[in-house]
Amino acid sequence: MQRRDAIFKIMESIDDELVICNIGFPSRELYDIQDRAENFYMIGSMGLASSIGLGLALSQPEKDVVVIDGDGALLMNMGSLVTVNACSPRNLTWIVINNGAYGSTGNQETYAKGLDLVSIAKSVGIKSHNFFDIELKKKIRNDSCNFIVFNCKPGNSEAPIIDLTPEEIKDRFMNVIDR
Amino acid sequence: MDSTEAIYNGLKDAGIDFIVSVPCVNLSKLLNMIDEDKDIIHIPVTREEEGIGLCAGAYLGGRKTAILMQNSGLGNSINALKSLTELYGFPLLMVMSHRGTEGENICGQVPMGQSTPLILEAMNFNFFKPGNPEAAYEDIRNSWELSEQEGKPVSILLEIKYW
Repeated sequence: MQRRDAIFKIMESIDDELVICNIGFPSRELYDIQDRAENFYMIGSMGLASSIGLGLALSQPEKDVVVIDGDGALLMNMGSLVTVNACSPRNLTWIVINNGAYGSTGNQETYAKGLDLVSIAKSVGIKSHNFFDIELKKKIRNDSCNFIVFNCKPGNSEAPIIDLTPEEIKDRFMNVIDR
Repeated sequence: MDSTEAIYNGLKDAGIDFIVSVPCVNLSKLLNMIDEDKDIIHIPVTREEEGIGLCAGAYLGGRKTAILMQNSGLGNSINALKSLTELYGFPLLMVMSHRGTEGENICGQVPMGQSTPLILEAMNFNFFKPGNPEAAYEDIRNSWELSEQEGKPVSILLEIKYW
């Protein structure tokens, strides 16, 4: 199983949730699998998906927010673990797809390859799970902030470049929240 | 209006209701006032760049956002300010304690302090350097609207002598 399969599996549990997706191939693959106005594709600022998701979850407490992040991006913003834990918005679900590689830049190995990310997040205080041990939809809908690790193999699919401008991504995302 | 009240009143009258911060000793009284304000969500962050991400998400969620930090935090945030805030056209008010300016007694603050206005100029971001509380109030109150019009961050630099 590779990242694309992981995103496909995650999206089976998504209906009207707001999704913030990590930069690079993760966003391209999500765009290819299921483009929707409720997806915010990152085109820059690697590492900040969980921070964007946290700010959104705190500002829209009635909506469920799902972050699709990567292991390399998590390593770039480890401080986010403690900030998310300190805030613990009940409507935030933070999924890290751990393929142990910087996929968008040529699959260089990350230090996360041998790390138990579930234990790390748990030690900070966040409720943490392995994707294959839970029902994702229940974790999204329940009353706590959850951190979920989806372990898979490295590799990119043939997903196309996202054919939307940053302004278009922003505007349709904000419009769908307003509705 | 003292130096801190001017900033607080400016933020309030600009409609700012979501603030992230990394502390500076000069901002400590302001941070306390914001903590006591039930209409403002205040999230201390571990690093300024993380705060830029939070503000982007909060703006998507309908909030008016500001970051309070030392000017050192500008250095920690440059890529996010360009490839997130400016790329998507998010407004953001940045209120910075500008260290390394006249009266600084920590030599470590001086290099970044001297370069801060030059970095903002190179980034093509508007900034103001109010010299007294009245000017700070006006600059802060007006800056959210300017930031929205430009789709870029606007900064307020508060030098040591301001306090």
